[in-house]
Amino acid sequence: MHRKTIDVWVGLFVLLGLAALLFLAFQAGNMKSMSFGQTYSVSGRFDNIGGLKPQAPVKSAGVVVGRVGEIAFDDKSFQASVRLDLDTDYKFPKDSSLKILTAGLLGEQYIGIEAGGDTNNLAEGDRIVRTQSATVLEDLINQFIYSKAADGKEGSQ
Amino acid sequence: MSNLVEIRDLHFAYGERSILSNLRMDFPRGKLIAVMGGSGCGKTTVLRLIGGQIRPQRGEVRIGGEVVHSLDTQGLYRLRRRMGMLFQFGALFTDLSVFDNVAFPLREHTDLPEELIRDLVLMKLNAVGLRNAHRLKPAEISGGMARRVAVARAVALDPELIMYDEPFAGLDPISMGVTANLIRNLNDALGSTSILVSHDVKECFAIADYVYFMSAGKIVAEGTPTELRVSTDPYVRQFVNAEPDGPVPFHYPGKTLAEDLGLGART
Amino acid sequence: MIARFLGYFGCTVREGLAGLGFAIRSFFSILRVSPGAFRRPGLISEQIHFIGNYSLVIIAVSGLFVGMVLGLQGYYTLNQYGAEQMLGQVVALSLVRELGPVVTALLFAGRAGTSLTAQIGLMKAGEQLSAMEMMAINPVQRVLAPRFWAGVIAMPVLATVFSAVGVMGGYLVGVKLIGVDEGSFWAQMQSGVDVRADVLNGVIKSFIFGIAVTFTALFQGYQAQPTPEDVSRATTRTVVIASLLVWGLNFVMTALMFNK
Repeated sequence: MHRKTIDVWVGLFVLLGLAALLFLAFQAGNMKSMSFGQTYSVSGRFDNIGGLKPQAPVKSAGVVVGRVGEIAFDDKSFQASVRLDLDTDYKFPKDSSLKILTAGLLGEQYIGIEAGGDTNNLAEGDRIVRTQSATVLEDLINQFIYSKAADGKEGSQ
Repeated sequence: MSNLVEIRDLHFAYGERSILSNLRMDFPRGKLIAVMGGSGCGKTTVLRLIGGQIRPQRGEVRIGGEVVHSLDTQGLYRLRRRMGMLFQFGALFTDLSVFDNVAFPLREHTDLPEELIRDLVLMKLNAVGLRNAHRLKPAEISGGMARRVAVARAVALDPELIMYDEPFAGLDPISMGVTANLIRNLNDALGSTSILVSHDVKECFAIADYVYFMSAGKIVAEGTPTELRVSTDPYVRQFVNAEPDGPVPFHYPGKTLAEDLGLGART
Repeated sequence: MIARFLGYFGCTVREGLAGLGFAIRSFFSILRVSPGAFRRPGLISEQIHFIGNYSLVIIAVSGLFVGMVLGLQGYYTLNQYGAEQMLGQVVALSLVRELGPVVTALLFAGRAGTSLTAQIGLMKAGEQLSAMEMMAINPVQRVLAPRFWAGVIAMPVLATVFSAVGVMGGYLVGVKLIGVDEGSFWAQMQSGVDVRADVLNGVIKSFIFGIAVTFTALFQGYQAQPTPEDVSRATTRTVVIASLLVWGLNFVMTALMFNK
């Protein structure tokens, strides 16, 4: 086969591979929702992060506005210290609050950020004070059993 | 220097098994020298030592004054560009056509344009009589023809030294005659030195200027074909006259027939 | 008796280590001549054609069927837990992380690997490589290195095609045939398949497999004795050794890459 014909087929072969890769990245993967924009970091401390993992989404009003960066343990305050990388397009007031929420009933955990009312906005390195930890299933069950037991006592008195 | 290749005091062994010992050979420029002997006497090993594919344990092979096995890879490749070698069954590249096979050394070692290469290849193929077969693949031509294409490839770069490893093996009488003439004519036309390894007495004696006879890794006789035809050396006589038994035994060494059949025990 | 057994065992181990050392040395000799080989991209391109293009059909067909079967099996199991919308994610992750690279590597070893081994073995048996050496051309640079790099380039391409076609196969069965919701099929998949962690790691895997399988095929061919029996045995050895290497490397890479 002529050298040129072979080169054409090989070129097509490589292009096919590239097309397959792009298909996987965009149609099967999360390329579309990946943010390549600039981010700024803020942090927050939680008593319990539950199942929160790095790269988990940070959502406000249900829309992804950033990603969870590093999760570390602060052995001075014995709390989890979570770094959030927020998209620079979105600004939040200094008194915004963070909540660890679950997607669906048993889904992955993410951070919800709710805007406060401050006129000043969060800057790089700021720490968000108002945080609500994840709901741990065992605590819920304990609460439920405890309240049921209390009802039972009241009822029998 | 009148000798292109000189072999002095050459020893070669595979581990414990000695293949060549005490070899001394001269290959003068422009001559056609045959190295003959029975199977397994070490003649192909001599070619491989000259080509630098293996290194001797002792002694030296000099080509144009340079010791072959003291060369580095670059030097060795430089030396090999001045050599052409014909392998026993041609060793053509089976995935290339006859034309591409002969063009191969030209395309690899020169920067000549394709038009010039085409002319050169066709001329080389013409010298071996296969110009019109240039489009065929090695699988489509006979063994004898493949051998001739391999000759054309070996002389593609007009080498100073051409080596032929059993060029007549398995050829019919006509092809043998053609090949023998080809080897002689090429040698004279190119002014090269040719080394012919073979056990075909008739053809070799017809074209060689000088012959070395080898047996069990040593040279047992040497001389011009005329001298050797009238030699009294028993080995040469057995070889030249194709006698079944002589210095080279017919029977594989071991027990005698009487011992094997148990006849000896009866006395 | 025990001494003899130990001696035999020690000898085998020593042979094995020597063989391994020789293989590693040969690998580096291919790398050493590679810059020279890259100056002739036409040779590499030619080999990509023979190794890659000619494997494309079997890889694509296999990918399609694997994807379709994943769609079926995935649905049967997920349906029991009411989690059918996760089908897309299950199919895609299985393919991209594991099945794509591994199955492609195994198929590649069988199809392209054996043909490389046989080709090199026969070239060596027919003294073609010796002839090249005598023509002052390094056969490692001219013959082996281009085939090596062609295999290394072709493998990730083939694995990606396998995964992509597999995903489409899963889509055909899951959405079109069975009736899983199309929107959640793709949405769950997109949220579960991370481009860096999953797709890219899969590509890296197939790249490593390409190196292992192609080198094994070339090495076995080059080391084969110049007889028809040994060349054919060498092709079997290629498949066995390449497959074992793929399984071993896959385990190591999965453990390193996918520990969240």
